[in-house]
Amino acid sequence: MSILGNRVLRVEDPKFLTTGGVYGDDLPFEGAAWVTFVRSTAAHARIAELDTTAAASMPGVVAVCTGEDLDLAEIPAGAPVPDALARPALARGTVRFVGEMVAAVLTERREQGEDAAEAVFVDYEPLPAVVDPEEAVRGETLLFPGHGTNVALSIDGPADESIFADCEVIVTRRLVNQRLAPCPLEVRTAAASWADDGRLTLSASNQHPHGARDALCALYHLDPGQVRVVVPDVGGGFGAKIGLYPEELVLPWLARRAGRPVRWTESRSESMLSLGHGRGQCQQVKIGGRRDGTVLAYRLEVLQDAGAYPSIGAFLPFLTKLMTSGTYRIPRVEFSARAVVTNTNPIVAYRGAGRPEATAAIERAMDLFAAEIGVDPAEVRRRNLVPADEFPYTNGTGTVYDCGDYARALDLALEASGYQDLRSEQARRRAAGDRRLLGVGVSTYVEVTNSDGGGELAAVEVLPSGRAKVYTGTSPHGQGHATAWAMIASEQLGIPVEDIELVANDTDLVASGGGTMGSRSLQTGGLAVHEAAVDLVEQARKLAAEALEASPADVVLDKLAGRFHVAGTPSVSRSWRELATEAAATGGLRTERSSSPPGPTFPFGAHVAVVEVDAETGAVRLERMVAVDDAGTIVNPLLAEGQRHGGLAQGAAQALLEEFRYDPDGNPVTANLADYPMISATELPSFELVPMVTPTPRNALGAKGIGESGTIGSTPAVQSAVVDALAHLGVRHLDMPAAPERVWRALEEAADR
Amino acid sequence: MEVSMTVNGSPRTDSVEPRLLLVHYLRDVAGLTGTNIGCDTSSCGACTVLVDGESVKSCTMLAAQADGAEVTTIEGLADGDRMHPMQEAFREHHGLQCGYCTPGMVLAAVSLLKEVPDPTEAQVREGLEGNLCRCTGYHNIVQAVLAAAKAPAGAGAGS
Repeated sequence: MSILGNRVLRVEDPKFLTTGGVYGDDLPFEGAAWVTFVRSTAAHARIAELDTTAAASMPGVVAVCTGEDLDLAEIPAGAPVPDALARPALARGTVRFVGEMVAAVLTERREQGEDAAEAVFVDYEPLPAVVDPEEAVRGETLLFPGHGTNVALSIDGPADESIFADCEVIVTRRLVNQRLAPCPLEVRTAAASWADDGRLTLSASNQHPHGARDALCALYHLDPGQVRVVVPDVGGGFGAKIGLYPEELVLPWLARRAGRPVRWTESRSESMLSLGHGRGQCQQVKIGGRRDGTVLAYRLEVLQDAGAYPSIGAFLPFLTKLMTSGTYRIPRVEFSARAVVTNTNPIVAYRGAGRPEATAAIERAMDLFAAEIGVDPAEVRRRNLVPADEFPYTNGTGTVYDCGDYARALDLALEASGYQDLRSEQARRRAAGDRRLLGVGVSTYVEVTNSDGGGELAAVEVLPSGRAKVYTGTSPHGQGHATAWAMIASEQLGIPVEDIELVANDTDLVASGGGTMGSRSLQTGGLAVHEAAVDLVEQARKLAAEALEASPADVVLDKLAGRFHVAGTPSVSRSWRELATEAAATGGLRTERSSSPPGPTFPFGAHVAVVEVDAETGAVRLERMVAVDDAGTIVNPLLAEGQRHGGLAQGAAQALLEEFRYDPDGNPVTANLADYPMISATELPSFELVPMVTPTPRNALGAKGIGESGTIGSTPAVQSAVVDALAHLGVRHLDMPAAPERVWRALEEAADR
Repeated sequence: MEVSMTVNGSPRTDSVEPRLLLVHYLRDVAGLTGTNIGCDTSSCGACTVLVDGESVKSCTMLAAQADGAEVTTIEGLADGDRMHPMQEAFREHHGLQCGYCTPGMVLAAVSLLKEVPDPTEAQVREGLEGNLCRCTGYHNIVQAVLAAAKAPAGAGAGS
């Protein structure tokens, strides 16, 4: 009987539940000086004076360093973003967002750093700030005058009006996919130290240890063998901890300067200012088609806010482009994008990273089109979905979807939600003038996981004790890899899950790795574990054959017993423990594999959200969230459901509540968890998950990614539900978040019409 | 100044600065790092512990204010090797992912059931409003707490 597909409880949990995890800030780092950064309070300014004299004589101060002291190269975003927009680790001459670091203070004790940082004197000579990307693109205020424009990169696409020529109905709309704070519950924390032999060790709360190692090698001109990156338990990442930030990159320099290890843990308020933000797109959509509901043409133009220094966020439009036309068969599709710099915190990846933005745009466009022709939005979707018999399907921007049955997903979601009954109830309430306005939102989505199509490293080893170790280049931080990878190995080896230990998150113990991001881990790392385990069984079978004096072809592994024997004679056998003991002298029982999946996979689904809007106050309550998410074969439903739940919550949070805001001068106004409305338990219902499984042919596990689906489908479903609640009043669109004030204003305007 | 309290069943006395917060006392003086810090505005609840059996965000209280109290952190909730019913329920229902909110969430839930032994789903959600989680969407946390309320041992008991 297969263990795969079972609700195996997590092997990770007992530690977290009884002693708590061991996160970076929990570690002792003996002898380390504490680093505190002095951060800019101005959004855009020339540093007229920076005086560290008073701070240097404060109690416990080891050193105070500024950008002028630093002899490190600036940190570039990478092509095609020009190096002119590279970021200095500590500001030099100019600051470009509130929160940018202007100095680093090293102290003996943590709290001394806060006092000393306040004693650093900075005279900011204000420059005009530009916060709004639509203003930035006009270039009246330049962040990098030498670059001559605020545009960091462009994805040029055709803008051929003739694609709409035969359309009976055309709808255009500006949509805002607002800036969000990722808010992992653990903030960033890191420590750096140099050994006597010149070897660097960095501990960091990060999603990609090998990427961090490579970034350090590049900046400090070191070979990979001279750098070790260790990632302790990580309290959530959600994309925001993929790369190393200047805060972490500068630590080795500070450690070298101080001649001792250094450590840093940010505060939440610091994190809100400087841990990368997510989303931040302004979109123009144009959709056209026939009155019978057939969509013929669609154009998406993206203006991506990159923040003050382009980082991963500047590249998000490339992912948006891949998914422009979503689940629909649209004959003519156009996409173009520009990423611009603004005087704000840089944008990075955040759960979904570029794909939720694509889905939000096409799904809102479909609703706008449906409203214009007066057809039910679910019906308009059904008429345009890619048919199940057309896979692999090449979408309007050239992306090839592996497999799917989008109509089935939509049907399942509509059925599970009781869609027709909801519409009847909505009609009843409207007729009765009920104060509680009912809104129903529908979305269908397809997204790309493991978008670069890369592979991953795994090794599997059986020890003389009979226990196994699995090494992975993925970087687990809450997803449950220790459990899932053990299940995958156990499936082949017949060694119980509890006897399999996962080794990860240490570049000295795992040679290479792509980390955990973009819903890539299972189809790359899980696949590599599967392949390595299959190989290891073959290796062991040969050893067993020798011991049993039989042909390897005749030797079978009894997975229940964990023993090899000649087929038909189970009484004479060899256990894993015996084979591993015998093999110890000749290099042990160990295999290593790099998986090479043939390309990305495309999870899909359909979501239905039901909201109730208070017609008097504009308060929105999410009543129900029904989700069909097809991610191919499921290794552990418990883990997959957990991923879906978390994604749904974050998606709903964007639609309902969350937005990181700056005032027009670039001052952040949601810079802590009291002001930023991070979603809580009271604002969410229990989720209604509907299973659907269409295995992908692209890997032996049949698995696609599941980490981001919930976020991608739920945001437009919830947003559209709010609009739908107000639809009978003539409201066609509301930007996110659907905060009470925005909804109340829409209600007031509708009443005035 | 000197403070004395019982932490996870063991009495201790320490000399501390009067301004020291209970959370820093627990982490830095008592070395109990299971209690986490997630914000600086008393919004997230990651640092929730039990003080005389009631949940308290330990960043909202000075160590000095806990003088004479019985404090329970996540390290002290289990009975030896036997997990508390709330810990069991969180595991059984996959109520944790990255684990960072977990110690505070579990202790807040224990306190909630002590106050409301047989809560509705809405009462659980309201009771945990002050504890933020970014991973689980709260779904399985709520399931775990509802299940713990039905557990024979009574998850609000103890500590």
